Amino acid sequence: MRRSCLFLPGNQPSMLQNGMVLACDVLIFDLEDAVSENEKDAARELVSQALLTLDFGMREIVVRVNDMETPHARLDIIRVTEAGADAVMVPKTVGATTVLKAASILDEAEEKAGLSHGSVSLILLIETAMGIEKALEAASASSRVSALALGGEDLAADLGCRRTKASHELYYARAKLVMAGRACGLDVIDTPFTDARDAEGCYKDACYARSLGFNGKLVISPHHLEPVHRAFRPDESEVAYALEVVEAMRRGKEEGRGAVSLRGKMIDLPVLTQAKRTIELAEASGMLGTKRRAPAKGDGEE
Amino acid sequence: MKILKKAQAGTLESGDVLVTVKPSDTLMIEIESPVARQFGDAMERSARDVLESMGIYEGAVHLADQGALDCTLRARLHTAIHRALQDYDADVAGSL
Repeated sequence: MRRSCLFLPGNQPSMLQNGMVLACDVLIFDLEDAVSENEKDAARELVSQALLTLDFGMREIVVRVNDMETPHARLDIIRVTEAGADAVMVPKTVGATTVLKAASILDEAEEKAGLSHGSVSLILLIETAMGIEKALEAASASSRVSALALGGEDLAADLGCRRTKASHELYYARAKLVMAGRACGLDVIDTPFTDARDAEGCYKDACYARSLGFNGKLVISPHHLEPVHRAFRPDESEVAYALEVVEAMRRGKEEGRGAVSLRGKMIDLPVLTQAKRTIELAEASGMLGTKRRAPAKGDGEE
Repeated sequence: MKILKKAQAGTLESGDVLVTVKPSDTLMIEIESPVARQFGDAMERSARDVLESMGIYEGAVHLADQGALDCTLRARLHTAIHRALQDYDADVAGSL
């Protein structure tokens, strides 16, 4: 589940501690943009120690490492793999070259840490024009890739256009990324909404992202967790239909049929897949009474 | 191994600890913390643990604590020592 993927600056202990109680699906500890050049070593060590000792519950733990073209990247990946990160976010991904470089370091890191091959996945942050154009190449370059994420701010800078709240300037990039990601069976995560004080704007932006096919959104402020979760919460009728689909397909399977009829329409495997996704979102939203993780501060907060 | 030069890591922000390490003929640990009475001994144990794991037996360590968790203290001390030993990244890279 990657509805809300919250960035936390890697060199601020108080913020890292907050990660234990914030109600996001994914925590992204940032060693890149949030950390000045002369503090890269300190942030790497702080994040690693935090991963080794603090309890972040069921949240997926991701570390955004430094650009693969810098000397920091290798040290980052090796250290955070050893410390127990679930995934590494690779910034400024441009095609297969970046992915293969990160995957190769991960091979080495997993071996040193005594982990089985493929334990740590890659989330590709795509934030340049060339990166967008090569999204499919990057997505299919390694079996480690589990998601694509859009970095809209850097992309707007690369495009030489103004970044606006309406985000029309990102339409092509968003659509292209969803297409590339889905073609490879990956999750696709939308760019963050950057006005921390505008929760309603964030909600609308997240609704739009969901309508395009994104699984979730990068988040830069805990204030945006509630609007993002609200945007990805299915409505009651969607959930009711999804449950009916699952039940109808279960019965169909028992009767040896691949496709069955429900409410006068034929349903088959793609409909079932979509229904399961809706049920997963409903569970995460607390609509089906399934406790996916311990309640945390920020649940239901504006 | 001994501390060869003065180095620092961390900050004086809430939840952090500013660690300063300096050359000294003996191993000295000084703790300044609003919670020293309750956690001073535990902080010293953690500091000694980090120093021992890094093979440091000579040096002066000063901890200006602002309510840091144990993992923060360990991380900051680790970084300060690496900085004091110079060429942190080169050292780590060489050992990998």
